[in-house]
Amino acid sequence: MNQMVRKWLILTILAIAVIIPLVVTNKYYMNILIMSGIWSIVALSLNLILGYTGQVNLAHGAFFGIGAYASALMMLKLNMNFWLVLPLAAAIAGFFGFLIGLPALRTRGSYFAIGTLCFNIIVTLIVDRWEGLTEGARGLMGIPGPSPIPLPWGAEITFKTMAAQYYLVLCFLLLTIFVLRRIIQSLVGRTFRAIRGNEELAEAVGIQPMRTKILSFTVSCFFAGIGGVLYASYIGFLSPEITDYHVSFDSLIYVMIGGVGTIVGPIIGTLLIVTIPETLHIAAEFRLLLYGLILIVMIIYLPRGIVGWLKSLKERKRKQEVSWEQS
Amino acid sequence: MGAILTIQGLTRFFGGLAAVMDLSFQVQSGEILSLIGPNGAGKTTVFNLITGTLLPTQGKVLLKDHEITGLRPYKTTALGVARTFQTTSLFYDETVIDNLIVSYRCRTRMGFWDALIHTSRSRKDERRCRQKAEETLEFIGLMERASELARNIPQESQKRLALGLALVTEPKLLLLDEPMGGLAEEENIGMMAIIQKVRASGITVLLIEHKMKIVMNISDRIIVLNYGQKIAEGLPQEVGRNSAVIEAYLGAGYGEN
Amino acid sequence: MVLFFQQLVNGIMLGAAYSLVALGLTLIYGILHIPNFAHGHKYMWAAFTSLFLVVNFHTNYWVSLVIAMVVLGFVGAGVERLVYRPLRNAPHVNSFIAAIGLLLFLESLSLIFWGADFRRFPTLYDKPIHIFGVAITLQRLLVIVAAALFIILLQVFIKRTWLGATIEAVAQNPEGAQLVGISIDRVSSLTFGIGTSLAAAAATLIAPIFLVYPTMGAMPNLKAFVVIIIGGMGSIPGAVIGGLMLGLMEALGGGYISTDYKDLFAFGALVTFLTFRPTGLFGKGVR
Repeated sequence: MNQMVRKWLILTILAIAVIIPLVVTNKYYMNILIMSGIWSIVALSLNLILGYTGQVNLAHGAFFGIGAYASALMMLKLNMNFWLVLPLAAAIAGFFGFLIGLPALRTRGSYFAIGTLCFNIIVTLIVDRWEGLTEGARGLMGIPGPSPIPLPWGAEITFKTMAAQYYLVLCFLLLTIFVLRRIIQSLVGRTFRAIRGNEELAEAVGIQPMRTKILSFTVSCFFAGIGGVLYASYIGFLSPEITDYHVSFDSLIYVMIGGVGTIVGPIIGTLLIVTIPETLHIAAEFRLLLYGLILIVMIIYLPRGIVGWLKSLKERKRKQEVSWEQS
Repeated sequence: MGAILTIQGLTRFFGGLAAVMDLSFQVQSGEILSLIGPNGAGKTTVFNLITGTLLPTQGKVLLKDHEITGLRPYKTTALGVARTFQTTSLFYDETVIDNLIVSYRCRTRMGFWDALIHTSRSRKDERRCRQKAEETLEFIGLMERASELARNIPQESQKRLALGLALVTEPKLLLLDEPMGGLAEEENIGMMAIIQKVRASGITVLLIEHKMKIVMNISDRIIVLNYGQKIAEGLPQEVGRNSAVIEAYLGAGYGEN
Repeated sequence: MVLFFQQLVNGIMLGAAYSLVALGLTLIYGILHIPNFAHGHKYMWAAFTSLFLVVNFHTNYWVSLVIAMVVLGFVGAGVERLVYRPLRNAPHVNSFIAAIGLLLFLESLSLIFWGADFRRFPTLYDKPIHIFGVAITLQRLLVIVAAALFIILLQVFIKRTWLGATIEAVAQNPEGAQLVGISIDRVSSLTFGIGTSLAAAAATLIAPIFLVYPTMGAMPNLKAFVVIIIGGMGSIPGAVIGGLMLGLMEALGGGYISTDYKDLFAFGALVTFLTFRPTGLFGKGVR
């Protein structure tokens, strides 16, 4: 796909994304889109540590939840403004990522996966039992939405309508894509890929594995935290389930099906999985059944997800063309 | 010019087995020193001990006069000791040039925040990486394959690329572990030329290789290991006539003709 | 003092249960070098199978145990053939992800079949007996005895039978084993089958003590992993000792410190071990 075509495609998609709230007025579908946006941010952030750095992190739900709870508590108990809370809560999630990463990233592969999963469970347990802080299983209610932004000419942007919240999530989604893309395309991103490709070789060419992995993990958790904050102020209510490892598994599914190690993959995976079953009104148990089945089939036959598979088709075609040229 | 690498009393046990036992030698600056010996003699283990992949049970490794024993591989690489691996190690999912670009990272200064806001430092570093990568491509003769995926290029090119990855880190000492493993006769000559070019550019080479003709041809000096111990050291002709060496090999294909 | 002994006995029972579940897991890891993350959910299916037999067909408890072991043994072998074998040459993380898919599949299948309700497993052995002032139901005692029995049987099988030796050979040196004509495929399926059977036995033994429900496998699964990481992946004595340690830690910690946070001990222990000694008690250090 050459540059011109790609640019026009992106602009078109962006235009569609911007127009949607003016066209879609059904609250049910708007809700699905907003949630897709939030989950896309989470999936994209997971992709950084999983797809680009090659570490199977199963604690992502915990950091999403930490971001959500931190923001909710700051807004409810400390009466802080949403716009101040957002970066702070995300930083808290990132900070916990850093703390956990220090011991966890000394392990590899399946040990790392199990270790992070256990950490996730610890977080859920603590959130559930520490009622003094989190209200435990009762949950936190009445979390305010984003405060209005005053404009220079006296008006203000409020976030009471669904359309406004949609645009808010869209903005943060674009921001996330932009930032992550910048990181991935830089030398820093290259070192992430080197660790994923061959950690021993990466170290042999002078890359510091621990430092690189911790960086990737911390940034990943930061953005998971942002997703959490958006979730908290959109839904208005939190309970310990949102820190649960099922959230981690869900994010994993979105990323794996869409395509690990690509920028577009997680978004497509999220969109497909969040929107299709909802619109077809498939019951929850059957959904999980399908996800499980699809995950198994995909990891065996299409380990790079849908986007990865499309890319490999393109590459195979290019290889064929090159060999024709040479013969 | 003095010794660039000094090994003193290097010993490494695996359980009860001594893979390397009380090994001492020096690598002179600017030479090509070959490490030979039958399979299992401990040659790769010596490399691992030098670069820090393995910790020695006893002994010291010194770079010039600076002790580097037990430093992690990324540190030894930063200090100027680069290596290749016995089984060709590459970033297979990346292109040839991307392989080299990321291998120069250790010589750049930019950090996370530089990347995030695209500072001039990051732009400079990224340009230098690409420049160095292209220079190295030229040096190892893989310019035409720059945008091919590492997994798709032929084996000989892969071996060159592996050498290139080590080379681009600007080492003072290059450890090559069987750089000609699995290559055909004609391909050996190409590799040999590159190794001589490396030495000509001022880099010292420590080489593990099984192909005796090459070793005899290219080495300034040879050290022979058997069962983790040094059994001979000296000029190629001397070593070739050493009875202990011949016995260790029991007819490894090198004749006195 | 009585509290201490009570908790001690509870701890041993818990430990025995965990060991039994972990045994199958460590056996599978020894061959395939992948942690079979869906182990706990096969355990859950075994419990439901024997429950189904006992409640609907009034089968004898012990007969249903055997049937569950056989059925799940085949399920295990089938899973190896269909899911893990194609991934044998892929990076290890792929098998882990496949296991997660399997886990989701088994859990939702159970939800669809049986519903989310918690069920009681009727048993004849729930009357408590008193030994030295400590109350213990016969069922719990059975768990300890049966676990010990299975552990001994497994050791004998591995060390003394030809089949067991074959499994060990493949675990230690797959290429060498192939060279002497051992079929890795068959051994893998067999090992998976045996490992899953053990989990099935554990499930049927433990189910009457706790309740049976579709997500019941999640915790034992994770705790089994804690056990084999503490004990060393692939080590049978490790699984036994690790299991006992965990059981005692939970019982004593839960009894004396806090029941609310007792699950934390397991996971805290895991995080500690992973940080300082990832290869476990019976593993060797790195570098």
